[in-house]
Amino acid sequence: MNDFVQINDVSRLFGPNLSTGEKIAARLGGKVETRSVRAVSDVTLSVRRGETLGLVGESGCGKSTLGRLIAGILSPTSGTVSIDGASVMQNGTKVTTRVQTVFQDPFASLDPRMKVGDTVSEGPIAHGLTTKSNARTYVAEWFERVGLDPVWVDRYPHQFSGGQRQRIAIARALAMQPDVLICDEPVASLDVSIQAQIINLFLELTRDLRLTTVFISHDLSVVQHVSDRVAVMYLGRIVELGPVAEVFGNPAHPYTAALFGSVPKLVLDADELVRFDTIEGEVPSPLSPPSGCYYHPRCPLATAECRAKQPVTQPVSDLRAVACHNSEKQLAKTSAI
Amino acid sequence: MTDPVLSVQNLRTHFFTRAGVVKAVDDVSFDLAPGEIMGLVGESGSGKTVTGFSLLGLVDEPGRIVEGSIRLQGTELTTLSDVELRKRRGREISMIFQDPIATLNPMLTIGQQMRLAIDAHERLSKRAAEARSAQLLEQVGIPSASARLRAYPHEFSGGMRQRVAIAIALLHRPAVIVADEPTTALDVSIQAQILFQMRDLAAETGTALIWISHDLAVVSSLASKLAVMYAGRIVEQGPTATLLRDPRHPYTAGLIASLPAMTAPGTPLTQIPGTTPSLLSLPPGCPFAPRCEFATQACMAEPEMQTAGGRGWRCFHPVGHTAEALT
Repeated sequence: MNDFVQINDVSRLFGPNLSTGEKIAARLGGKVETRSVRAVSDVTLSVRRGETLGLVGESGCGKSTLGRLIAGILSPTSGTVSIDGASVMQNGTKVTTRVQTVFQDPFASLDPRMKVGDTVSEGPIAHGLTTKSNARTYVAEWFERVGLDPVWVDRYPHQFSGGQRQRIAIARALAMQPDVLICDEPVASLDVSIQAQIINLFLELTRDLRLTTVFISHDLSVVQHVSDRVAVMYLGRIVELGPVAEVFGNPAHPYTAALFGSVPKLVLDADELVRFDTIEGEVPSPLSPPSGCYYHPRCPLATAECRAKQPVTQPVSDLRAVACHNSEKQLAKTSAI
Repeated sequence: MTDPVLSVQNLRTHFFTRAGVVKAVDDVSFDLAPGEIMGLVGESGSGKTVTGFSLLGLVDEPGRIVEGSIRLQGTELTTLSDVELRKRRGREISMIFQDPIATLNPMLTIGQQMRLAIDAHERLSKRAAEARSAQLLEQVGIPSASARLRAYPHEFSGGMRQRVAIAIALLHRPAVIVADEPTTALDVSIQAQILFQMRDLAAETGTALIWISHDLAVVSSLASKLAVMYAGRIVEQGPTATLLRDPRHPYTAGLIASLPAMTAPGTPLTQIPGTTPSLLSLPPGCPFAPRCEFATQACMAEPEMQTAGGRGWRCFHPVGHTAEALT
């Protein structure tokens, strides 16, 4: 199988934006934050053509930053992202339209003063996918495709509900005829009954248009439902990667096990209606991450090795990889249950 | 059976806006026993937050409670003056909000804020107030509590701030706490910690809890009974386990069925068609009828709450039953 999207040893640092005064103060020993945050740290990853890769983790783990790096919205500090062999960025600018993004908040991602039809046709006209005179029919086709009435093209965003706005945002991304779609928490701001509608639309579109997708979400049950493979992130690093059923069913990393275990799950046919466990402690500050494995202060399996040495990513099987010194212990533990 | 600590009967809270009357809470009734945890579930705009606000007398203009009764430990709250209500708020009933950043004053230390909350209802020496504050912070799981009293809100993480808000709500050992989506803004690992802690705290202190949330699995992990709201009304209520396993209202059944965990991965989810109606232009009769697969001519009239066997439902066509067989 070919690796369609290649993410090669990508890192992204965010430094503080210091004013001249702050720089002088820092030089003179004032209390100014000069440390950088490594939001994404040495990530190597590939997505196959037509596959949906889920990206999960808690807030601040770098999943959205990684999504933006793949989408060419941010440029990596080091490393490269390429689609079908061609680099997404050149000299700090995005040079492809083959990757498009759907964002979390459909209230913030649509221009409130632009008719939604114009929002959807703006990109395709600029890139020659349609002409100004054909734009209406072009947009109408995409509106129908995402389940919107084509007569609504002259309306403004405020005239739509949250679910409808997310459909417009999806139409805008798809009208660019991308090969790769980055979905950054696309259902997080929607009501439960609307979430199901958008997830169904998403499943239908990725199948019919043979899209390659990166699906970012903190909601593990949604990711579990839509993804083929999943990558679990912690403090900027990918700690585990593999087919979604195997990773969640039999985690090789203690963090994956704890994260999945901490989500309350309804089990209607069991005695105990809701199941979940807790993880100890909190995610440490990315400004001063712990030594060795970033997860060791919270990890029940941590040893001296974990405190001293950062684990390298190793294959567990053909399709799975994990960055943990004690993954065998973890696998034995989870399969025992 | 013990007397309920809180009894709400036929509560209606309406907002008189220029666009028309918004019936945010319309004929809501429930009882809460001492130490009981009730989950209030619904989507945005279903009236669950306004219900919580009504209980504390926090509904602002242009909204007001137009009808109904709220009895807290035997006292009718709806007819009390603002002064009388303030004496009870925080002492007998308190609230935890969704966003712990907006709840806490960024300019005061945690200790000062807890002191203010204590002073509102009690005269305590500085030492006694600090001791009580520290003890509560410890109880909600904040390490080195007495030192943390001198810290400001920005020095805490989101999860820790929510713990502080919970500690403040517990200061006067209120009979009832209303918690409005308290874990929605938090990460799942922190949410799990707080859920476990709340379960223990409620059992230890005997405080009754109303847990408002849109997440069925989260509320069900705590609550012994549930009330499901739709368009300002409670459409179904009953013990958590029976309500989830055998829902009567088609909306409840739809909510449960639409959870991703209920369908095999990669296959289409069961979805409820349409969208929640605007409270300004509700359809006649049952507000869920336009989205309901069981709707008939009968649903053009508004269904009353039917009760039997400790459960209630507002529907002419309860799922899997004929209406007559149940009553």
